[in-house]
Amino acid sequence: MATETHGEESGLVFHPLDQFIVKPLFGGDGVIHWYTPTNVTLWMGLALLCIVAVFVLGSRGRAVVPTRTQSIGEIFYGFTHKMVEDVTGKDGLRYFPYIMTIFLFILTANLLGLIPMSFATTSHVAVTAVLGVGVFLSVTLLGFILNGPSFLGLFWMTSAPLVLRPIIAVIELISYFVRPVSHSIRLAGNIMAGHAVIKVFAGFAAIAAISPVSILAITAIYGLEVLVAAIQAYVFTILTCVYLKDALHPQH
Amino acid sequence: MADGTTEVAAGAEHVAEAVGHGAEAAGAGMPQLDFSTFPNQIFWLFVTLVLIYLVLSRIALPRIASVLSERAGTITHDLAAAEEFKQRAVEAEAAYDKALADARSEAARIVAAAKAEIQQGLDAELARADAEIAAQTAESEAAIAEIRKDAVKSVTQVARNTVKVLISTMGTEAETADINAAVAAHLKG
Repeated sequence: MATETHGEESGLVFHPLDQFIVKPLFGGDGVIHWYTPTNVTLWMGLALLCIVAVFVLGSRGRAVVPTRTQSIGEIFYGFTHKMVEDVTGKDGLRYFPYIMTIFLFILTANLLGLIPMSFATTSHVAVTAVLGVGVFLSVTLLGFILNGPSFLGLFWMTSAPLVLRPIIAVIELISYFVRPVSHSIRLAGNIMAGHAVIKVFAGFAAIAAISPVSILAITAIYGLEVLVAAIQAYVFTILTCVYLKDALHPQH
Repeated sequence: MADGTTEVAAGAEHVAEAVGHGAEAAGAGMPQLDFSTFPNQIFWLFVTLVLIYLVLSRIALPRIASVLSERAGTITHDLAAAEEFKQRAVEAEAAYDKALADARSEAARIVAAAKAEIQQGLDAELARADAEIAAQTAESEAAIAEIRKDAVKSVTQVARNTVKVLISTMGTEAETADINAAVAAHLKG
């Protein structure tokens, strides 16, 4: 799938998935232990640095009339704060820092992944699954801690006719457990697909006749991917808020 | 895919090389499904998330929150101050209007007073002038009456003399007293 020589151009080789390979940063013995510094480490570290640069260095002036960087931080703060408040209500604001962490990490990682030759950490299921399962587990635990057994009322539709309630409960239960899967695969799939498509078009650029079209297509898809990077971060975050709302207010 | 399978065999012990050359060797084509990298990714993800969380919750978010509330406070304060200034401007305008109205009424009063004074002076002057004119008129009338009396006297004298001359011309002589009486009777008639 990854390596296919193309008809008449024997030099045309596609490696659209090579960009996702996890590599050790400093050679070493080549084996990737859990602690080995890899390109994952590098790009997650860069994401952290970007967040620090915008949110800590940008706001260090604490200016009442903000500088440009400070306003970026304030816009993201206000945007996420409003989203958490709108979706989960006032009592959900206690969890605002966690949601802000998830949102900023995904957004920064997505955007950094769009830099040519970079490594998109959020294109890996390992990363998004940890995020998705983490949200799922913490929201479920929170639901039981805050509501006790009545949290199960989330699956028992009192507004539905009594006959249908068990069936609906089963469907609700299944959809509840599918949440972390769809939550994480959506993000990784979107990022991976976009990057792979760009690489495939880049492979076509080796043929002189197609290369202008190919480069135009890369430009267009790149624009689309910038949009996707932001939208997927937003979607992940707002779904997290929706799940959190279920934990805080299981009554429909 | 034929390439891939040969490389799987070759790259079994040289994982790093296989990883360097092509992902297809490592995990059925998708690096995402190469489970040997999962502990590494998950570990670094945890580290990153914890660090981001600490940076945000300890430094960035409280700071931004305080800046935002401070700004909201400043805006509220400035709006209140602006309201106060507006109030003051309205008061100043009212005071100005009042001062203007006062000045107008004062001016009107002064004008009226001046007018009354002038009128008074004028009246006095007019009365004085009238009196003077009346006095002069009386004087003139007296003079005229004198002149008339003189004139009548002169006419009587002329008439007497004329009569005397006429009579003497006719060759007769008349008594002066008769002539005088005749003239007086004639003038009266």
